[in-house]
Amino acid sequence: MSPEHWTRPSRPDEQTRNGTASGPAATSAVPTREQVIAGLRATSEGGADLVQLLTPEGQRVSHPDFDIEVTDEQLRGMYRDMVLVRRADREGNALQRQGQLGIWVPLLGQEAAQIGAGRAMRPQDMAFPSYREHGVAWCRGVDPTELLGIFRGTDHGSWDPNTTGMGLYTIVIGNQCLNAAGYAMGQRFEGRVGNTGGDSADNEATMTFFGDGATSQGDVHEGMVWAAVYDAPVVFFCQNNQWAISEPTERQTRVPLYERARGYGFPGIRVDGNDVLASLAVTRWALDECRHGNGPVLIEAFTYRMDAHTTSDDASRYRLDDDLEAWKLKDPIERLRVHLVREQIADQEFLDSVDAEADELAQRFRDFCVNMPEPPPERMFSEVYAEESPVVAAQRQDYLQYLDGFADSAAGGVH
Amino acid sequence: MGQVTMAQALNTALRDSLRADPNVLVFGEDVGALGGVFRITEGLAAEFGEQRCFDSPLAEAGIVGTAVGMAMYGFRPVVEMQFDAFAYPAFEQITSHAAKLRNRTRGAVELPMVIRIPYGGGIGGVEHHSDSSEAYYTHTPGLTVVSPATPADAYSMLQEAITAADPVVFLEPKRRYWTKAEVELPAATEPMHRAVIRRAGTDVTLLAYGPMVATAMEAAEAARTEEGRDVEVVDLRSLSPLDEDTVCASVRKTGRAVIVHEAPVFGGYGAEVAATINRRCFHYLEAPVARVGGFDIPYPSPKLEEHHLPHTGRILDAIAELQWEEDR
Repeated sequence: MSPEHWTRPSRPDEQTRNGTASGPAATSAVPTREQVIAGLRATSEGGADLVQLLTPEGQRVSHPDFDIEVTDEQLRGMYRDMVLVRRADREGNALQRQGQLGIWVPLLGQEAAQIGAGRAMRPQDMAFPSYREHGVAWCRGVDPTELLGIFRGTDHGSWDPNTTGMGLYTIVIGNQCLNAAGYAMGQRFEGRVGNTGGDSADNEATMTFFGDGATSQGDVHEGMVWAAVYDAPVVFFCQNNQWAISEPTERQTRVPLYERARGYGFPGIRVDGNDVLASLAVTRWALDECRHGNGPVLIEAFTYRMDAHTTSDDASRYRLDDDLEAWKLKDPIERLRVHLVREQIADQEFLDSVDAEADELAQRFRDFCVNMPEPPPERMFSEVYAEESPVVAAQRQDYLQYLDGFADSAAGGVH
Repeated sequence: MGQVTMAQALNTALRDSLRADPNVLVFGEDVGALGGVFRITEGLAAEFGEQRCFDSPLAEAGIVGTAVGMAMYGFRPVVEMQFDAFAYPAFEQITSHAAKLRNRTRGAVELPMVIRIPYGGGIGGVEHHSDSSEAYYTHTPGLTVVSPATPADAYSMLQEAITAADPVVFLEPKRRYWTKAEVELPAATEPMHRAVIRRAGTDVTLLAYGPMVATAMEAAEAARTEEGRDVEVVDLRSLSPLDEDTVCASVRKTGRAVIVHEAPVFGGYGAEVAATINRRCFHYLEAPVARVGGFDIPYPSPKLEEHHLPHTGRILDAIAELQWEEDR
């Protein structure tokens, strides 16, 4: 696709508008603010520009720009990915309810967006996630058990960004977009972008994940500015799940989010975030554009947060069940399952085997969680600096000595 | 060699670092063709190309946030905040990401980067050009915070900061950019984290850093000629970590201490130094530790800054209050 191609063709009414002189009549076709907000409020429909390859009914449809060839094996693989990730996610919720986790951040409903995007990445790529990216983590080879430390309170993330190509979860909203832009600039500076011939397989790209609420953050804006002016190979993957805790998208924007890309000078595409095929196709295209030196790209994955913001949240206070019911009909896993069965890509035996695997994962996830050792106090004093600061060293020594004073007491704890 | 200004020394340190390590990058607002508003990066873009020294968008969070990403990729970014108070939009990236990433990743990710910040007053700048923001950074674990006071230190400490494994907030006393000294470059002064005695004395220790070292030296000389006091001046150089041993050795010797900084006194860095002295030198003290700093007011307009900034008279006043034997 050429860079020109992404400019959405004008609709007939716009052409008329553009062809006339300025004045009140010329702007009559521009939607009013109320109309725009009404459109944003219609959250169950993604609009005419939504890229979709699999309908909610599991029907494979084609798209003029983003069609994709996938093998049956890949389709079954993505089904398995989504089922397992959802199962771990539900188990996370349950573990929090049982007091085993301090908090859990549910992914429910966003499996297709994340698995499609995650499976489009290559080992040499780098992901800069927000905190709900359990599906992306899965695709990067971060085991679900490695997510538990954050939510059980034993660490801030136990995986190595260098070996996994997955940055740590970023709790502060939107900050990671700048880190991603800088990382992608580094990829370009190192000449890992736009190589042709034998080197092209090594071309790299970066992808950063954030939500609809984050688009209001200055860091996201700055990240897009920086990425644009330095042609950084970064995909801005926005999961518009319609809710920023309790605030609907209309509190963040007057225009559909993907349209903002045009203002920065790069393509913006809205994809059906509940369609794993479309998510894969669009993200693969976007990452390839970046690898070829045509980045950045903004993807708005239009999806829905089926659960609360976190286990500490009560979504019934601010949104209607009707909305949820409408989105249940668009479930990402169900539509792929129907497709696999109808097209005889998967049989019952396969579906059962995935369910059994999910049961095993849930058991392993749970066992790992309840058996996690308490972090030793001395750990918090380490890795503050490359060379331990004299202040920290003294505090560590003093505090461990203080703790030693309780070694003889029965509880052995801090009093 | 001859006379070198602090600005020239910093420029040479950047040049030598860019030469020594291909991973060093210099960027910030106006640092390319213009050479920075203070000309610290003069000629670097021409010599090393736009890929090594480049202008950034006017977005300070972006400067630090992208530097974090570049450092993760393996570069050593040296970024410039144009002025102290312009760095505040970057505060979140500095404190939440640059300072913490090593700890959050249990050492898996290192962030070698330098955030250069021209700071402090005394140049008649309009609002937001004269803040002393050091305490914000020294209060953040994970950051190294240093401030040179001489051209030789500016060269040596900046080079050392660039080779450090962790993020360094490098506070440049902008009013001393044009201070000249006889320096042979490349200069290697004491290690970055060591405080040094700038002037030996026996009666009282003046503790200062960055722009206030020269002021303390003037005050020490005035104290000798006007009051007959023998004042020792310690240049802290490194604010985090603080070289406690050098500070305490001096105070134990003199028994009196005055901390001087431009920043407001309340919650200022001097409180940390005073606490350290109280903890480690209490029985050596002849008088309470004194602090001379800016008033606890928003930085005043340029015509008033001479009253706000510590000067010889106020330092001498503070010294006079230190419960001298003849007053008892």
